[in-house]
Amino acid sequence: MRKLRVLVIALLALALIATPALAKKHKTIKVGAILAVTGKASFLGAPESKTLQMLVDEINAKGGIDGHKVELVIKDSAGDPEKAISFTKQLIEEDKVFAIIGPSTSGETMKIKSIVEEAKMILLSCAAAEVIVNPVAKYVFKTPQKDSFAVQKIFQQMNKMGIKKVGVVVGGTGFGKAGKAQIEKLAPEFGIEILISEVYAPNSTDLTAVVTKLKGAKVEGVINWSIVPAQSIVAKNMAQIGLDVPLFQSHGFGNIKYVEAAGAAAEGIIFPAGRLLVADTLSKKHPQQAVLAKYKKDYESKFNEPASTFGGHAYDAFMILVKAIEKAGTDKEKVRDAIENMKGFVGTGGVFNFSAEDHNGLDINSFEMLTVKDGKFTLLKK
Amino acid sequence: MGFELFFQYIVAGVTYGAIYAIVAIGFNIIYNTTGIINFAQGEFVMLGGMTAFTLNTFMPLPLAIIFAVIITMIVGALIEMIFIRWLDNPSVLRMIIITIGISILIREVALHVWDETVRALPYFTGNEISSIAIGGVRISPQVLWVIGVSSVIVVGLHFFFKLTSVGRQMRACADNRNAARLCGVSTRNMVTFSFMLSAGIGALAGCTVSPITYVSYNSGTLLAIKGFTVAILGGLGNSIAAVAAGLILGILESFSIWVMPAAYKDAVSIAILLLILFVRPSGLFGSKERFGLKEF
Repeated sequence: MRKLRVLVIALLALALIATPALAKKHKTIKVGAILAVTGKASFLGAPESKTLQMLVDEINAKGGIDGHKVELVIKDSAGDPEKAISFTKQLIEEDKVFAIIGPSTSGETMKIKSIVEEAKMILLSCAAAEVIVNPVAKYVFKTPQKDSFAVQKIFQQMNKMGIKKVGVVVGGTGFGKAGKAQIEKLAPEFGIEILISEVYAPNSTDLTAVVTKLKGAKVEGVINWSIVPAQSIVAKNMAQIGLDVPLFQSHGFGNIKYVEAAGAAAEGIIFPAGRLLVADTLSKKHPQQAVLAKYKKDYESKFNEPASTFGGHAYDAFMILVKAIEKAGTDKEKVRDAIENMKGFVGTGGVFNFSAEDHNGLDINSFEMLTVKDGKFTLLKK
Repeated sequence: MGFELFFQYIVAGVTYGAIYAIVAIGFNIIYNTTGIINFAQGEFVMLGGMTAFTLNTFMPLPLAIIFAVIITMIVGALIEMIFIRWLDNPSVLRMIIITIGISILIREVALHVWDETVRALPYFTGNEISSIAIGGVRISPQVLWVIGVSSVIVVGLHFFFKLTSVGRQMRACADNRNAARLCGVSTRNMVTFSFMLSAGIGALAGCTVSPITYVSYNSGTLLAIKGFTVAILGGLGNSIAAVAAGLILGILESFSIWVMPAAYKDAVSIAILLLILFVRPSGLFGSKERFGLKEF
């Protein structure tokens, strides 16, 4: 009996090894995605997941990537790093995916960075923090602009406006803390003095006391680095207590819903963002114009909601993978090399030029400074 | 610290306090009739805010709020009838666990009905940036609305429990359920009624605070934790004490931000809660004797 079992197992194992060889010609490519589709970071994960679904349908309708159909496996981590870890293991060991897109948040990405590196699994993160690609891990890439660029953009703008003394308030999340570290590191280079630096609970319902502290310190400008709803609450509370100084937000403000949530208080907020939000006002000659206009139109007509830069990060991640597979076939190592050597890929976030040292591929020019005027995003007049 | 700034912190504290207090009042009503803490109270607050937001898209704000309150009251009554009414003399612990289950259920349903977007009702007067200046100190008109609505609720409840027959029957249930039943009070109806009442008050609270705090499917829990803290701090069952305790806690939290990093704000309120539970479990304004008679 025992012998029989060993035999059967051996046979099955053989069959497993043999099958890929038989079906090699046009095998389905399984792409895993770990996204915060629900939960606090759902404003990131929900558009990302919709975007991926849209792109996969589109590619399969055209016959796949070089004849290989794409199968998408989306796991909803709800922004929870622990869930992200177990989904990563599941995608690698059980689903045996070709590459993983996501996670949506920096905290999750950092937790799984070493796992994917060990498993030699290509990861295209949709999260912003610079630590994801610095130091570089061989298999880890990311598509959103680095947060250090966002901070530099803000400081450049402050220099132009003559703002020297600022207050910094951040939400107590991975994103907020990473932003705070960059702000504090880069401020001296731009001659900017941070008078107050505060971390508040990410789910705060009112921040009047915090902004009162800023008012007491007589700041000339405020930087808020958080996700919703605090982004809107800070703006409202500043207006309500009469703290009449410019408010700068992170690139996380790039969703028109936050403007709606903050209402009249959103007017005049300044923040760095990719060009997706101002795609309509870009000149036809701009290299990104065609890509942005198409993505925006496709997304908005399909899902009946405004496109956000976050969905764009997933667009970039997926299209980079597709381009790499088109070039290098279905060998994982070759695809990784193809991504690392990719130059001049035009995405929604900017023009990507990857290298062995830079797994993000974007430069500071991928950001524009935007502001809110009459409830809409517009380019900040210089 | 200047005079102006000092009062600005007070105003911030009053804002927090008013939000906590209005949520805390809902806890007290069910506690008063049944002796249990309804941990789904925060979800009533959320339901009120969400329903009013949806209704407000096609009807004026005052009507939307009225209907949201009514709908939430119906939900409250249904929940009591489905999950609690048929229990034969349930233990306090069992009822508490049931309410926790209900809160999770409501949250999940709300997620499916409204998705995860953060929403807010418009400001009752003015908008996001308007504020009333009193000698350099500025306060959002919505904060005054929250304080006003909580005051009306507290006064209204006081007279309701003191003067009306239903109110007296509810109090009788709270003091001794068996004795009340012997006197011909329908204790089961009273429990249903208390769920309706606290759901309605929760919904009204949700509508009033939502322009300030925003509302999403999971925002109830957070408000409930603070409301619960305040209810305990004031002494369970006493709505006037809840308002006082809310303001005390809010102002303490606000000044804690002045002297230490903002990240410690919630630690301050939890530390106060623990301290009260150790030193004076009957609450700041509760009577020790009365507390000793309660089952929970």
